[in-house]
Amino acid sequence: MSDNIYKPYIASVTDIQLEAGGKRPIKTFTFQIDDPEERKKMFHKPGQFAIISIFGTGESVFAISSLPNHDGIVQVSVMKVGNVTGKMHALEIGDKVGVRGPYGNDFPVDDWKGKKMVFIGAGIGVSPVRSVYQYVLAPEHRKDYGDVTLIYGARTPSDLAYKEEFKELDARDDLDLWLCIDWKFGPQGPTGESAEEGWPAINMQAPGDTQIPAGVNKFTCFVPQLVEVTKPSPENAIAVTCGPPIAIKFITQALEKLGWKSSQIYTTLENRMKCGIGKCGRCNIGDIYVCKHGPVFTHEEVKQMVNEF
Amino acid sequence: MKKLIKKDKVDDFLKNMSGAGFDVVAPVNKDGVPLFCNLEGAPELDYGNSKKPPKETFFPQTETMFDFKIEATRITGLKDPKEDNSSILLFGIRPCDARAMVVLDELFTWDYIDQYYVDRKNRATIISFGCTQEHMPLKNCFCTSVGGNPCSKEGADMLWTDIGDGYLVESLNEKGNKVLDTSAAFFQDAGANDEAKAGELQKKAEDAIVRSVSTEGVHSALESTFDHEYWDGFAKRCLGCGICTLLCPTCHCFDINDVLSRGKGKRERTWDSCQFPYYTVHASGHNPRPAKKHRQRNRVYHKFLYSEKNLDLLGCVGCGRCITLCPVNIDIIEVVEGAKEVVP
Repeated sequence: MSDNIYKPYIASVTDIQLEAGGKRPIKTFTFQIDDPEERKKMFHKPGQFAIISIFGTGESVFAISSLPNHDGIVQVSVMKVGNVTGKMHALEIGDKVGVRGPYGNDFPVDDWKGKKMVFIGAGIGVSPVRSVYQYVLAPEHRKDYGDVTLIYGARTPSDLAYKEEFKELDARDDLDLWLCIDWKFGPQGPTGESAEEGWPAINMQAPGDTQIPAGVNKFTCFVPQLVEVTKPSPENAIAVTCGPPIAIKFITQALEKLGWKSSQIYTTLENRMKCGIGKCGRCNIGDIYVCKHGPVFTHEEVKQMVNEF
Repeated sequence: MKKLIKKDKVDDFLKNMSGAGFDVVAPVNKDGVPLFCNLEGAPELDYGNSKKPPKETFFPQTETMFDFKIEATRITGLKDPKEDNSSILLFGIRPCDARAMVVLDELFTWDYIDQYYVDRKNRATIISFGCTQEHMPLKNCFCTSVGGNPCSKEGADMLWTDIGDGYLVESLNEKGNKVLDTSAAFFQDAGANDEAKAGELQKKAEDAIVRSVSTEGVHSALESTFDHEYWDGFAKRCLGCGICTLLCPTCHCFDINDVLSRGKGKRERTWDSCQFPYYTVHASGHNPRPAKKHRQRNRVYHKFLYSEKNLDLLGCVGCGRCITLCPVNIDIIEVVEGAKEVVP
C-alpha cells in the first residue's frame, strides 16, 4: 500500500527526564526516528503534534515541544493518566515506539517577527508553549523578535517542569522570566500559611499593586495573578498561552484587563483524538476539528466556538 | 446510447462478471434481512433498501490496518495487509446510497488520502438501481428534498432502471463502459419506448415520495439554537444505541485499536459512533459531550451543517434508515423542522 498515512515510523527512545513525580508524574521523552529517509518527513513547525504508538496498547497525541529539525527528533512531555501514557512511563532508553505526524496547524511565527512575545504556561500546558518559545529564543531566531517574557506556574516547586532548562533561562539577560507556585493557597485564597521560602506572596487583594522587590521573579500565586502582577504590555505584542481550561479562561481575562485584544492571544486546544487527520470524526468542537483546523487557535477563534469543550 | 437487459438475463450477467474477475457484491436476503454480501447464488433484487448501507464495501465494519510483531522491545514485521487487486462490482445499490459515497469520497481524500478506502473504491464499479419498482419509494424516503432523486446518477458508474420485464441501462463513465464491453452479450439496444417508460416510472416515483425536509434556513436555525433547551426534548428518549449513525450511509466515524497476543499484533479500524459517551471522553475523565442531548445534537448538526461547512456537501441523503430503525422513533426530519421553529 503506497504511502499509508496511518502507519507510524519506528523510533527509539533516546532520552527520558522525570519532570514531576507524585500520583500523576510527568516525563519528557526524546525519540529519534530510526530510518534516515523517514526522519526528513517528520520536520515539524512549532505548535504541531505527533501521535506516539505503543504497539499493542494504542496511540496517544502529544504536542511536540522540541525545536523543528530534520533529524527525526521528537520530544514530548507526557503525564501518566491512562493505558498508553502508563506504558510510556515504563519505557527505557533504546525501547521502540511508533511516531506519526506532524499534524495540525502551527503558530504563525513568521508573522510575529518584530513583535514582543509573552509566553504564559500553566501546569503541563507549558509543554506546547515550549515548542514556540524555544524557537523564538534559539540563536538563529532571537534577533527576529522583540522583548520576550516567559511566565510559568505549577502547584509546587517540584511540579515545575523543565527545571534545568529554566535555571538556564533564568540566567539569560535577553528575556524576563517569572515563575509561580500556588499550593499554599486553597481555592478561596490564602490559607494563612506563610509563603514558601524564596517564593514571596503577592498582594492578594490587588495583584496589580504588588510591589516587586528587586531581583525577585518567583512568587506564590496562581498564573493569572502573576500576569496581573507583571503587567505585560499589549503594544506590538503577541501572547501564547496554554494550560487547563480554567487557567486559560482567567489568564485571558487578566490579559484583556491589561488591554490585550483576543486576536493577539494564541492558545492550543486538545480533544480526544484517534486519526489526527480529520477523518475519524471525534475531535470536533462544532464544525472545527481540533486536529485539522487546530490545535493552534487565537482567543478570538476560541470565543466563537460552540460550547462543547 | 442506452441499453436494455432483460430480467431473465441478470443472473447470467452476474455470473459472467464474476467469471471475468469481479468480486460481485449484491443485495441478498439473509434470514429476512436485506444486506449487501459477496454473491453466492441469486441476488434478491426486489428489496426496499439494505439494513446496513453498502459503504461497508469500501469502509468495512472492522478491518486490519497493519500487522506487527514485538520481539523483546523491537518492533518488526510492520506490514500492510496483503495486496488485493481484484475488481469489485457493487451491484444494485439505491441512488441515495450512491450519493452518500460522494460524501465519503470527499471525506476520505480531504487533504490526506485514506488508502484503505480509496484503493477499494478505485477497484470498484458501482451499479445503482433506480427506485421504480412497485414497492418503492419507502415510507420514510426523502431523497428529493436533499438534492437526490429516485433515479439519481450521482456517485454511480451505471444506472439501471427497472421498467417491468427488464432494466434500462445507462453507462455513466469508463467503468460503466467496461461493464458493457465485458458482458456485451447480455445487453441489447434500448428503444424509445423503453426510455419513455423509464422516464414515466421515474416521475411516478418522485411523486410518490411523501416525506420531505426543508433545508432552507437550516444553517442559521442550527447556528442560533446550539445552546437552546430545544435539544433536551427528543434526546430524553434516546437510548444511545447508535443505530442512527452505524446504519447511516454517510457516517464515517471510526475507532483505532491495537490487538496483541504473544508478540503478534495488529492495528484495527472499526466503526464508531458519536452517540457513544466514550467516543469523546478524555483520559482526565472530562467529556465535552457528556449527555445524550449533546451527542444527538452533534449528529444532527454534522448532517445538516458541519458537512457542508467542511466538505461543501450536505451530510444527509434522505435514505430514511435512521427514521425507520430508531427504536424510540426519533425522526430527524421532525428534529430539523422543529429547530427552525425555535425562537432563540
